[in-house]
Amino acid sequence: MTARQVAVYGAALAIAAWVALPLILITLAAFTPRDVLYQWPRPLWPSRFSLDTLLFFLRSTGVWPATLRSIQVAGLTIVLALALAAPAGYALARHAFRGREAVQLLILSVKMFPATVLSVPLAVVFIRWGLYDTVLGVAAVHTALSVPFVTAIVTSVFAGVSYELEEAAMTLGSSRVQAFVRVTLPMAAPGLAAAAIFTFVLSWNEVFAATILTLDRRTLPALIVDSVLGAGAPLPFRFAGGFCMVVPALVIIFLIRRYLLTLWGVTVR
Amino acid sequence: MADIHVIGLRKTFGRVVAVRDLSLQVRDGEFLVLLGPSGCGKTTTLRAIAGLETLDRGRVVIGGRDVTRLPPGRRGIAMVFQSYAVFPHMTVYDNIVFGLRMRRVPEAEQRRRAREAAELLDIAGLLDRYPAQLSGGQRQRVAVARAIVMRPDVLLMDEPLSNLDALLRLHMRAELKRLHRELGSTTVYVTHDQVEALSLGDRIAVMRDGQIVQCDTPGRIYDTPATRFVGEFIGTPPMNFLPGELVLDDGGPAVLVAGVRIPLPGAAAAGRPGPVDVGIRPEHLEVLPASAPGALPAEVVVVEPLGPAQLVTARVGRQTVKVTVPADAAVASGQRVWLRPTPSRIRLMDAATGDALPGGP
Repeated sequence: MTARQVAVYGAALAIAAWVALPLILITLAAFTPRDVLYQWPRPLWPSRFSLDTLLFFLRSTGVWPATLRSIQVAGLTIVLALALAAPAGYALARHAFRGREAVQLLILSVKMFPATVLSVPLAVVFIRWGLYDTVLGVAAVHTALSVPFVTAIVTSVFAGVSYELEEAAMTLGSSRVQAFVRVTLPMAAPGLAAAAIFTFVLSWNEVFAATILTLDRRTLPALIVDSVLGAGAPLPFRFAGGFCMVVPALVIIFLIRRYLLTLWGVTVR
Repeated sequence: MADIHVIGLRKTFGRVVAVRDLSLQVRDGEFLVLLGPSGCGKTTTLRAIAGLETLDRGRVVIGGRDVTRLPPGRRGIAMVFQSYAVFPHMTVYDNIVFGLRMRRVPEAEQRRRAREAAELLDIAGLLDRYPAQLSGGQRQRVAVARAIVMRPDVLLMDEPLSNLDALLRLHMRAELKRLHRELGSTTVYVTHDQVEALSLGDRIAVMRDGQIVQCDTPGRIYDTPATRFVGEFIGTPPMNFLPGELVLDDGGPAVLVAGVRIPLPGAAAAGRPGPVDVGIRPEHLEVLPASAPGALPAEVVVVEPLGPAQLVTARVGRQTVKVTVPADAAVASGQRVWLRPTPSRIRLMDAATGDALPGGP
């Protein structure tokens, strides 16, 4: 092994540990009985495992409604984001129109606006429009946040379906719409599903806008943050809550990693 | 069944002119080949007939009906794509009847016609498979079946054989020719392979830089190329061109090449005296061991046995000349020989423009 390799592997290991260690520690803690969590010094590897801590979290006030609300917001975000991003992605993938690159850049530049700066005026506008503290309001903001990513994914998905197939359908008597529905859509479906699931993760994990724009009707992450910061929730609540936030995202990202990697131009088999 | 009139076609992509002012007529039931090097506009022309390109200018008339503004599906055409464009998410059967379903042809009729097309193309046993389970040659057959099942007035093919291996290509070429004879639909076929063009076409339209250079029967394209480009593009090896000079003096019309006077048959030279390119096919040069009238002194560079014949590369002055000789001819590299062209087979081109001189054979 050369010095260079050692450095590369070392760096990779450090980055992996940076990401993975907290996840591992949270997971361990989430399955540690409550009384053990309060021991000092706390053992790194718990002597006993139990669902005690997780059940405590799940039975806490507001957790179930917040979870349900999170799912509603994420579902609505998927619908809105795909409704906006799918046509845009199709156009970007299929047509070499004037200003195509400018549009792509513009879509990405949305990510440059700091949500922190936008959130206060947004809260004001939302209160005025009656969107404050509603599922629709949070979903609208999550849509705005996810559209750049979703557009990028959807563009690569549509670009992966040969346009010649659509043309072949048209020479066989299809209209443009029929060709899209009968040929491109079925072939793009897995990729579009991946985009939808990715949107779900973005929305599920988004905490800042959800915290600012809700009060009584918190989404799950907003509820957890609020409980921890505002109410000083106990340790078991924190660990179990963190675990519940991380796991769906982790599982989903793992399932759709192939699509996310093609998005960045990497192929793995 | 229908004839095709393409009138004043022009298509640009940004600043690139793909097709400039192209007009073409294809007769009813004819097999016309669009032949040319890549980027000559042949595929764009085909796609314009199919309705897959919006034209800058020009009209397309199929069977007397102006289809310029009609979508591809309403032009009475069917197309076979270079990549086959077989729908990967459908079985072979669903692929074949896709167009019939679009046309709302009754179910029983669909089945009957699909079976007929599948049998014609020898894929009746594959109807339940998905394209991923087929070889390239089989996918090709599915693409052709999907097109002919529509019973189109006009069948368009875009380099359908270019993705097949050499042996399969030879086989499919004959199949396509048989298919055309049996179906009789007007066919426009795009290829860059001149052998394919010569073997398939009733007529060949040779294209270059978005224009048709010559449109004629394979025999006439081969024997009497209209320009130097056509002569060099058609034939393996291509036509030889040597710089020469046309003289019209008391001795009758003749051409001077490398200081040798080659008399021409009377009708061969109606052009003006002056510099010309002297075109001669490799099989119309005779290799002689000794000097003879009208024979050019040359030195053999390489001899390549090709099985039925030998290909001789020789040098006349600084010009390289390819000659085909019988397999048993005794020629060796380094040998001094004399090459005698068959005068009636000589094709004279204007040295400046590359166009054939009028009055040639």
